[in-house]
Amino acid sequence: MPKLTDHEKLRTAVHEATTAALKEAETHLPGDVKAALRAAYAAEDNPVAKSELEAIFENIETAERRNVPICQDTGVPIVYITIPPNVPFTDAITEGVQDGVRQATAEIPLRPNVVSPFTRENTGDNCGMGMPAVHITPGETFTLTVLPKGAGSENVSALKMFLPSEKGEITRFITETMLHAGGKPCPPVILGIGIGSTADGATALAKEALLRPLGEMSRLEQEIYDAVNALGIGPMGLGGKTTCLGVRIREGGCHTACLPVALNVQCWAARRATVEVNYP
Amino acid sequence: MINLKTPLGDEVLTLKAGERVSLSGMIYTARDEAHLRMMKEGIPFDPKGAVIYHCGPVVKDHTIIAAGPTTSARMNKLSGFLLDAGVRALIGKGGMGDTVREELRGRGVYLAFTGGCAALAASRMTLKGVFFEDLGMPEAVWAIECRDLPLTVAIDSDGGDLFHDVRLQAEKIFDKMF
Repeated sequence: MPKLTDHEKLRTAVHEATTAALKEAETHLPGDVKAALRAAYAAEDNPVAKSELEAIFENIETAERRNVPICQDTGVPIVYITIPPNVPFTDAITEGVQDGVRQATAEIPLRPNVVSPFTRENTGDNCGMGMPAVHITPGETFTLTVLPKGAGSENVSALKMFLPSEKGEITRFITETMLHAGGKPCPPVILGIGIGSTADGATALAKEALLRPLGEMSRLEQEIYDAVNALGIGPMGLGGKTTCLGVRIREGGCHTACLPVALNVQCWAARRATVEVNYP
Repeated sequence: MINLKTPLGDEVLTLKAGERVSLSGMIYTARDEAHLRMMKEGIPFDPKGAVIYHCGPVVKDHTIIAAGPTTSARMNKLSGFLLDAGVRALIGKGGMGDTVREELRGRGVYLAFTGGCAALAASRMTLKGVFFEDLGMPEAVWAIECRDLPLTVAIDSDGGDLFHDVRLQAEKIFDKMF
């Protein structure tokens, strides 16, 4: 049997990790999200809101039992990888991710969602033209996290370049964005917010903020959570107390004349999974 | 819970926004591209009493794997010709615009299916056929037989619109808050 090169070994390890992470993420919702949905159900007294949440619970159980995707919009694959010092930063990593996405697309299966922006021609395997998006940072362990992102919630995401004197306006901006979004992003949603950095950096921070599990919130996170839920949009926009399950903010240093604020909206099917990459 | 069976008739005119219904029978998926194709080439199934489902399913080996609703508002300007042809119900998520609410008046209803509930939907569906398969898996028109699909009447045939009411109320609350 021919010996695998180091490049092939690394590519295969990343390939297997990507497929495993996608299988987990697409069919099993994280525990913190399920707990937040249960808490929302307990707090609701609107019968339509309660029946929407009941459908969500039945759906989560069905997906787990049948090992099928939670939502037919299986998203576009967003992948975050940390690499320890002994792992070479080469294209074996991005090639491995593509291999893993192709296998997951065929096997789970995932809906082929990646198309050319103008011709709308579908690439057929969720790869191509810069997809999947891969973000690599140095770290202690070799881990791979997938965040499959659906379009309904991505389409209502927003960026605003505030003046530094307008920081008191952030809650209003987020709440107004969610008012206009209504039921479109499949509430109850999770709000990832990037504050600071640059125009492009803030949008990246907003998405990364969604990686932090739900739980205790900062003062500003709580303020935004309360304001958005006060709107009464409710599950699926049909009315109710729960429009938002949680708020997550990530900050970054910014220019003294800037205050970028980005919002990345995540539907209730907040799919994410992290696996260790088995390498070397 | 009110039981509905396709093809639908005048029973849809008695439904009121906010009521829960359970739908069985044939439904046809259609998203943006399918609407544009049907406008150009005609509707490939009998539209009388038919139900349109705003959905791009995951299909494997002639089986529906996952089939939750997509955002209906994208079809706001594309739905009139279907209702003119006799379609009685549109299923989707997120609600539809004022134009569709008027187009439904005296004719049909918009039914909300819980967004993201693709596994639940698929567990109650059997694939029967496909039209316009060249549009690709999400955009093709899939003919599906469904059993007991749990839905909420979101827009009724009298102009009652749950999404619209919730939005108006939310706007008032927003104005008071800020």
